[in-house]
Amino acid sequence: MKKIFTLCLAIIMVAISSVSAFGYYSEAEGYSTEVEDYDYYQKFQGQGIEIDVYNWGEYVANDSVNFLDVNEDFEALTGIKVNYTLFSSNEELYTKLRSGGTNYDVIVPSDYMIGKMINEGMLQKLDFENIPNYKYIDQKYKNENFDPNNEYSVPMYWGVVGIIYNTTMVDEEDLTGWNILWNEKYADNMLMFSNSRDAFALSLLDLGYDFNTTDQMEIEEAAGHLRAQKPLVQAYVMDEIYDKMEGGEAAVAPYYNGDAVLMMDVNEDLDFFIPENTSIFIDSMCIPTGAKNKEAAEMYINYMCESTVAAANSYYVGYSTPHMGAMELLDEELVENEIAYPDDELIGSLDALLTLPAETSAFTDKLWTDIMAQGSSSVVFQTIFLIAVVLIYFVFKIIDKHIKKRRMSYY
Amino acid sequence: MKFLSKFYVGIIYAFLYLPIAVLIVFSFNDAKSRTVFTDFTFKWYEKLFTNDIILGAFANTLFVALVAGICAVVLGTFAAIGINAMNQKLQGLLLNITYLPMINPDIITGVSLMLLFVFIRMELGFTSLILAHITFNVPIVIFNVLPKLRQLDRNIYNAALDLGCNPTQAFRKVVLPEIMPGIAAGFLLSITYSFDDFAVSFFTSAADSQTLSVVIYSMVRMKVSPEINALSTIMFVVVLFILLLVNINGARKDRKSSKLNIAKGEG
Repeated sequence: MKKIFTLCLAIIMVAISSVSAFGYYSEAEGYSTEVEDYDYYQKFQGQGIEIDVYNWGEYVANDSVNFLDVNEDFEALTGIKVNYTLFSSNEELYTKLRSGGTNYDVIVPSDYMIGKMINEGMLQKLDFENIPNYKYIDQKYKNENFDPNNEYSVPMYWGVVGIIYNTTMVDEEDLTGWNILWNEKYADNMLMFSNSRDAFALSLLDLGYDFNTTDQMEIEEAAGHLRAQKPLVQAYVMDEIYDKMEGGEAAVAPYYNGDAVLMMDVNEDLDFFIPENTSIFIDSMCIPTGAKNKEAAEMYINYMCESTVAAANSYYVGYSTPHMGAMELLDEELVENEIAYPDDELIGSLDALLTLPAETSAFTDKLWTDIMAQGSSSVVFQTIFLIAVVLIYFVFKIIDKHIKKRRMSYY
Repeated sequence: MKFLSKFYVGIIYAFLYLPIAVLIVFSFNDAKSRTVFTDFTFKWYEKLFTNDIILGAFANTLFVALVAGICAVVLGTFAAIGINAMNQKLQGLLLNITYLPMINPDIITGVSLMLLFVFIRMELGFTSLILAHITFNVPIVIFNVLPKLRQLDRNIYNAALDLGCNPTQAFRKVVLPEIMPGIAAGFLLSITYSFDDFAVSFFTSAADSQTLSVVIYSMVRMKVSPEINALSTIMFVVVLFILLLVNINGARKDRKSSKLNIAKGEG
């Protein structure tokens, strides 16, 4: 046993040393991106400064083999060490920051969360003197409703909600608006958002209301509309949508344009439709109140707004960039893609989802829970449960018989 | 009847191993899809070995698991010895207290630990993460060592003392080897638990100390990268390899000792 123990230990040790040999913070020889103002980035060289960055998973270019590892490159360029950590939802980010145990220097919340954080005093105003590359961000994505004076946030990615559909299963004629998600022709072939905010927004849009409404009557009407939709819905999903649409298991589903482009790469039968009344999302870089190194954080944000970096990020992640310099570097085919970059007039007119007042969001959540609780999906569950019970009963009976038989044979 | 029992076993093992098989197959898939297999490739393995985020998180996880495992083994073993020496009543009480953190849902352990760390003004990071992991690992070690201690004949220890050992020597030379399998099992289980843990790590880690599970979870929005499939495949193969080695070694030992016994019996 002792030998086994030491053997395991030895293997683990070897594994650790080999991982660190691959260079967790590897000594990147030089930086490889073209930057606008090299001197600007040398300010903190050799001072041993670290910044803590909290971003979405898989949200920056991170592939040094094929083009660029953004964080490593930034470290090589500036001498600032990046502690890069990941979250998977705005709520996670909010909880972590609120709990007070940790501080971050750069975070990337979405629109509505930015609004909420500004209201609660969790973000700092940015010093745009230190972010000269902000000039590259297209005017279209500035002055949004969550940060009307552009004081707190620098847009990183954006997208719109639309309908991804399978051309072999859907009549193009039915694509007139959100009402395709209520079309009985596609019963059981339809997917829907599984979170209340997005689902209600779609329902409100289809009814012709504002998705940021706080009017209880309108919200109740939207709930009724969602209830009517439920029998048609095959599943309520988030990222499982990839598998279902790519595999041809469903015909229509609402989702973001960036993801649609990625899905269409895998399955050529897929296409994307953007109704005129839709919502835009913008994920932006911000600096929270507790940041230890505000200037270094601004340097990081500025670096992310270098044309080459923004282009690499957008290409790697698949989401559309708000950066004009980056768009020039991207494949023309992609930039002219109506799905990834729908026309300007549409984008300019769109609003982002806002954080609803606590009262309204509690009301919406309650209605959503009710909608989810009632209805047909539980029938399947009940049958499975019943079958399982019967099966277990028989198995026990058989085992019982077996044991009795054995006992008999002893005598 | 025989067919039915075979069928039943087959289903059970399919349930256990099919997901792993799917994971391995899709680590060789050219597209990022989890449903459509387009082409065979090793590119995710290549990318994995240059991906600082995943490798860094993996190194963190290993580091935390090892340090927490070793600390938990030391603490847990001594705790088990102490508990074993107590009278019945006290033992029952302490065992129940030890059970509690194990039954407690992870998320509650995680949130309460985070609140504690924030309350005592300790900055979250490796220290808090390792402390948290030690917290949920100690009971595991205790419950693996305790049965071994109970099996141990107290007289052996006393005999060692009679024969001239001082208590430390007696512990090291007599008690420790006897309970070693329990300690080893406790250590390996601790490492497994540390590796698995998401909820506690999520709440107690900070910017420099994110573990693999937290990183994987964060990919949910953009779809989990096949590099994770590649890493999981490698881990699965390594563990399988270790298990095979252990079993072969064990079988060889068994054969040896049985041969010895036969030889003795005949002689």
